[in-house]
Amino acid sequence: MGRYIVSRLLQMIPVVVGVTILVFTIMYFIPGDPVRLMLGAEATPAEIAAAREELGFNDPYLVRLGDFLGGIFLHFDFGDSWVYNTPVTTELLNRLPRTLAIALICIGMQIFIGIPLGVLAAVKQNSWVDRSAMFSALFGISMPNFWIGLMLVLFFSVRLGWLPPFGIGGPKYYILPCLALGLVGIATQARQTRSSMLEVIRSDYITTARAKGMSESRVIFRHALPNALLPVITVIGNGMGMLLAGSVVIESVFAIPGVGMYLVGGINSRDYAIVQSSVIFLAISFALIMLLVDLMYAFIDPRIKARFAGKKRRKKYA
Amino acid sequence: MLNETGEGIAPKIKRQSQFVVVTRRLSKNPLAVAGFIVAVFLAIIAIFAPLIAPYPYDKQDLVHSREAPSREHLFGTDELGRDVFSRIIWGSRFSLSIGVLAVLVGTSIGMLIGALAGYFGNVVDDTLMRLIDILQSIPGILLAIAISVVLGPGFFNSVLALSVGCIPMACRLTRAAVLKVRNEEYIEAAISINASTPRIIFRHVLPNSFAPVLVSATMMIGGIIMAAAMLSFIGLGVQPPIPEWGSMIAGGRSLIRSSPWMVTFPGIFIMLSVLAFNMFGDGLRDALDPKLKE
Amino acid sequence: MSDASGAFLSVRDLVVEYTAEGRVIHAVNGVSFDLERGKTFGLVGETGSGKSTIPKAIMRILPDPPAKIRGGEVYLDGVNLLKLGNKEMRKIRGRRISMIFQDPMTALNPIMRIGEQVAEVIKLHNDISWRGAKEQALKMLETVGIRGDRFNEYPHQFSGGMGQRVVIAMALACSPELLIADEPTSALDVTIQAQVLEMIARLKKGYNTSMIIISHNLGVVAEQCDDLAVIYAGEIVELGSKEAIFDRPTHPYALGLLAAVPTLDDAKERLNRIPGLPPDPTNLPVGCHFGPRCPFANEKCSPEKIALIEFEPGHFCRCTRDFNLEARWPL
Repeated sequence: MGRYIVSRLLQMIPVVVGVTILVFTIMYFIPGDPVRLMLGAEATPAEIAAAREELGFNDPYLVRLGDFLGGIFLHFDFGDSWVYNTPVTTELLNRLPRTLAIALICIGMQIFIGIPLGVLAAVKQNSWVDRSAMFSALFGISMPNFWIGLMLVLFFSVRLGWLPPFGIGGPKYYILPCLALGLVGIATQARQTRSSMLEVIRSDYITTARAKGMSESRVIFRHALPNALLPVITVIGNGMGMLLAGSVVIESVFAIPGVGMYLVGGINSRDYAIVQSSVIFLAISFALIMLLVDLMYAFIDPRIKARFAGKKRRKKYA
Repeated sequence: MLNETGEGIAPKIKRQSQFVVVTRRLSKNPLAVAGFIVAVFLAIIAIFAPLIAPYPYDKQDLVHSREAPSREHLFGTDELGRDVFSRIIWGSRFSLSIGVLAVLVGTSIGMLIGALAGYFGNVVDDTLMRLIDILQSIPGILLAIAISVVLGPGFFNSVLALSVGCIPMACRLTRAAVLKVRNEEYIEAAISINASTPRIIFRHVLPNSFAPVLVSATMMIGGIIMAAAMLSFIGLGVQPPIPEWGSMIAGGRSLIRSSPWMVTFPGIFIMLSVLAFNMFGDGLRDALDPKLKE
Repeated sequence: MSDASGAFLSVRDLVVEYTAEGRVIHAVNGVSFDLERGKTFGLVGETGSGKSTIPKAIMRILPDPPAKIRGGEVYLDGVNLLKLGNKEMRKIRGRRISMIFQDPMTALNPIMRIGEQVAEVIKLHNDISWRGAKEQALKMLETVGIRGDRFNEYPHQFSGGMGQRVVIAMALACSPELLIADEPTSALDVTIQAQVLEMIARLKKGYNTSMIIISHNLGVVAEQCDDLAVIYAGEIVELGSKEAIFDRPTHPYALGLLAAVPTLDDAKERLNRIPGLPPDPTNLPVGCHFGPRCPFANEKCSPEKIALIEFEPGHFCRCTRDFNLEARWPL
């Protein structure tokens, strides 16, 4: 088991490094002069030239890439913001908890609302429950999350005045953003759980379970659901990626000072150090989450566990 | 079956009837039909925008700015007095075509890479798949943001930025199809002395990979339309005065209290477009599901 | 055929339909047979003949939708199973009647330990603790030849033959009165088949269980069964004791099946087959379903449904021909 964890970790490293290189390379070609931005409008050409040399902007691509990679992976330092000259890393770490909190609440919604909904729809296939749930889910995945956010603000803040439209504070402030961001996740989860359940219910071992004389609810919850949930775990992992990406817009809509808003702020102020680092930061977070998901999968599915059972391999065939 | 030069080819009759079967199944699915109709409707709006829209999309009328929906302005006016209804009609051109173009470009590139990886195998396959893995590890929107930031706002820049996210899926599906056919060819080669030419492979690959790639592409269009709106919303993508639906919502944000129609209507249209493609895509996937062939 | 006799299991005029994409599939069209305690009954037929649907209908584990039992009765010791409530039926499944499935690899829950799967059926029908159930399960597994230390393993760690033993253990754990074996060896290697069949026979004798074996394999049926029925397109076309049917096969389909079995002293070059294909179950021919493929067919075969006639004591056939004439399948 430990072997599997190590091997997955090793597999992940080149991917993470690759992602960093990719984003760095893409953003290498940004037009415009960052040094001028940093020094301000009054800087003289001489000052700019000197600063550029000093900050290493004249170095060749590989040197700059090496510096950047070394900075991130050896010192965990994403560099400094171009506009504010403060370390990006501190900002990212400060803002991460807020972004994570919203993401985790949304995942919770996805699991505790989306999965039961999907199971219900599958068990009562083609009934009105199923059809209405799936139709709503279709709507859910078709609505842009920032628009939902604004509509919710329109309804609950402007018209009804029940909930605050933006900012952070107590739990009240989290309700609308989480609703806006989480709706898509719930809908996707419900759809995916339903199709997974439908496939499992058709299996032979479900017929066996019924032939043993167990109640239908035991058949569903003890035999069908655990098997149906296996592929669902991967969907949850992917969903996390969508949430991280969606947080960029939602934080912007609700003025929540998280990583997403930092990124958008960087775009608007042309501070591409922030943009670059935020994107990489989010991508690495996503990779870590997918790793966790894979590992969970290995823990839960005995077929995978057995493949990495360790050195003493028991004979497979009796 | 053998053709004149003695090469084995798949009988063509099978493919034609598959198309008929799929179409028939699709037509029996009410949601898929509805999705198709709405999509066609939107396409018509986009194509005939100049004839349908009562006003040009950039005609400002500061006297009548921020007016609620009325008979002259079906969806009201925005902060510069432009007619929201007309802007939405014109906007359909941009929003829809970004979606379709980005998916087209991305899928084509993906199919090419997948075919190359599958055909050459070994080192080429490994390297290409590694790159695709890396590409897939970044959530599509973030990638689009990074590329957009470099390229700057604009229609074709957005298409490019969004197309990159469509590459991995098409690539994997095509590669799988190529590998499947390659294995079959090797088995044949062991029995007869048929040299497997690239021609044969690609003649078999296209029918094999067409269906899954088509389904995945259709389902991606909805997501890309939404991603395009998101990009425009945060200031990348397509910017005013071009009436892309996402940027219209961004523009109306600060005025949501006084002029909610500026935000509401563009969003409804985004939702309709995405919904249409999703419904159709769902139906397509169900119609092609081999398990239904009882 | 006599009314619900004193037999242990009595099936009368069973009719089952499947509805798919608006079309009705007539899977079982009026099947009747009796089974006595301790005896083994065989159902022989090809794929699609309805032979797998019958036992599932008896146990009422058909997927509904799309399947529906449209008529008939199934008497177990005088009680009509088809009229029982769900709760009573659940008490019967696994305990009085249980089933062995064709493919052990798909019949077992892949993420549950096999020992637990056996213990589960014991706990369901007996008022004992989970630990007690596990102990009994352990004993049951050892009876079928699976070492106790494999209790906590998963199905994928077993080969086909061993997996089938687990399924057998599950089926016999509560000492059922009736065991239904649906193609119990079709998914197994030939060498393993013999082992599994022998084990089933041994256990069955030990518990005095009645058994129904469904198979398309005449050899399997010949070994194990006391009586058997030949099924075609959802109907029984010939019914009788094993000796009667193998010594004096009467129905043309039965003749064709037996003629198709290759023998070593046959200097033939081609296998004898029954020409044609089984009929479309959504559109069955009127009268005899086998008519279109039957070399003996004549005008008497098509207009109406043909009844099952007892032309010898205990030997029934559904055909219009003169049973006194010896018939051979035209080769």
